[in-house]
Amino acid sequence: MQRFLKSPFCIVRLDSAAAAKALLSRCILATGIYELLGHGDTYDALRDNVLSRSSRQLLQYKKLPFRFTLDCFQGTRSTKKQREIIESFGYLDLEGQISMKNAELDLWILEDYSLDTTKPKHSSEPKHLYLGRFLGSSGRKVVPVYDLKRRKYISTTSMDSELALVTANLALAVPGKLIYDPFTGTGSFPVACAHFGATVIGSDIDGRSIRGSKGRNVFSNFQQYGLEALYLDSFISDLTNTPLRKGRWLDGIVCDPPYGVREGLKVLGSPKPELQKEVRLKDGRIAHLQSDYIPPKRAYSFEAMLDDILDFAAAMLIDQGRLCMWMPTANDEDVELAIPAHPALEITSVCVQSFNKWSRRLLTYRRISDSDIDQTAVRRKREQINGATADELNSFRRKYFQGFKDAASSDDVGGQHNSG
Amino acid sequence: MKLLTLNFLTCARKACKTSAASFPLHPREAELEQVELDMNPQFIRNVLPRVEWEAMRSISQELGLPSLPDTAPGPEELADAEGGPTQILKDLHTLLMETTIASGKLLCANCGHEYAIKEGIANFLLPSHLV
Repeated sequence: MQRFLKSPFCIVRLDSAAAAKALLSRCILATGIYELLGHGDTYDALRDNVLSRSSRQLLQYKKLPFRFTLDCFQGTRSTKKQREIIESFGYLDLEGQISMKNAELDLWILEDYSLDTTKPKHSSEPKHLYLGRFLGSSGRKVVPVYDLKRRKYISTTSMDSELALVTANLALAVPGKLIYDPFTGTGSFPVACAHFGATVIGSDIDGRSIRGSKGRNVFSNFQQYGLEALYLDSFISDLTNTPLRKGRWLDGIVCDPPYGVREGLKVLGSPKPELQKEVRLKDGRIAHLQSDYIPPKRAYSFEAMLDDILDFAAAMLIDQGRLCMWMPTANDEDVELAIPAHPALEITSVCVQSFNKWSRRLLTYRRISDSDIDQTAVRRKREQINGATADELNSFRRKYFQGFKDAASSDDVGGQHNSG
Repeated sequence: MKLLTLNFLTCARKACKTSAASFPLHPREAELEQVELDMNPQFIRNVLPRVEWEAMRSISQELGLPSLPDTAPGPEELADAEGGPTQILKDLHTLLMETTIASGKLLCANCGHEYAIKEGIANFLLPSHLV
């Protein structure tokens, strides 16, 4: 596969046109796929390339009804110029009828102007040209269907529909599979996985998020899209005290664990001594058995949670199962977070989404089979670095490089990251 | 909560994880509902080998549902000659995906703790003295 930085085009080698069409039908970030008939920096170079590499195909397509489309990336052509360009393809020697509606040979001329932002906007000539036969469009058209603006039940933590679908793709969500989201919130990831036919389970420590209100809750989102048959269940739980039976029975895990000061990562438990035994209300009733009981929670290190997620994934995913996890690239003190590792999980991709002031990664891990695990790999536990927590160590490092500025300002925590 | 999900749940307390008695959780005061759902044969075939069949049998019995065979149906019993769903597959779908506990409690036979199910959603949050 060839990719060009700053260009939206890439050249791939696939087994067949059918394979290309199938691939694109699942793609969320691509827009189309074309059989490459030729490419070059100028129309002359393009012609030479087309004639040298595609004469066999051109013979095959010679009598098919055809049409041309000219598509410019970051450039424009006047109608007159478009016509001139299309007419310059006479060398293809096509004999079929020109048909806008029933073309069997759907030819596209793709012009890549690759905008250079340091130069004035409209460069007059494209940098590179492609001639392609259209094979199939992408799955991108479902993105607006799942747009959060149209979804009945969302919250500030709901994942953008395009990214949720990309995540479901990386998790390899397909019919028959069982996929779990332990931080399901309003169900964005499960909905995306269900779109691709997987059966889904979600859980969250916040019961209100799952229950919502009448007609507006996680399940109603599935009803909105007609995906009820793929909704297995949701339940309320803390991942660090999971009720899920340990064993290799999940095909995939997708999640966006909460981070940032405002959302505050919490797990069950309290340091208070009086809560270390059963609590009774004034009238003698047992507190935790009352229907309105809310268990205490405590703050938890985000990095420790990432390690817990990896441990959980290694214990629960079948071989080749995928863990897809979002995480910020830096913590709320602007210290870079290392990509978590586990001997049973191999990273298959790291995708970065950059915002103005921060960025986040989508990590995909593959559960490798036990026989492939490197038994000598030592897992570096974050709490064990030189007897201090990595956070402490990193804060120190940051203050060191800052030259130990005023303690009050260096303790200010950054804004809440969980937006978008 | 669908009966299939129940087959994947144990007591949430770490102390109970090592005890066999913490699985399966036992429904108590359970209000069952049959909710019609489109059948997904591919999913049932994929998930059946992961189901703890003995636990499914015992829970089915506790709930007064028709008794299940001693062993789980094999893959050959789940598709007919044309690859279509068999009656066994349809029955499994009804049992696993259409039989739900709308409300009630789930009891851990090891520690006695009960988790509440309300409107089909179970709550596995523990008070801090049980964490």
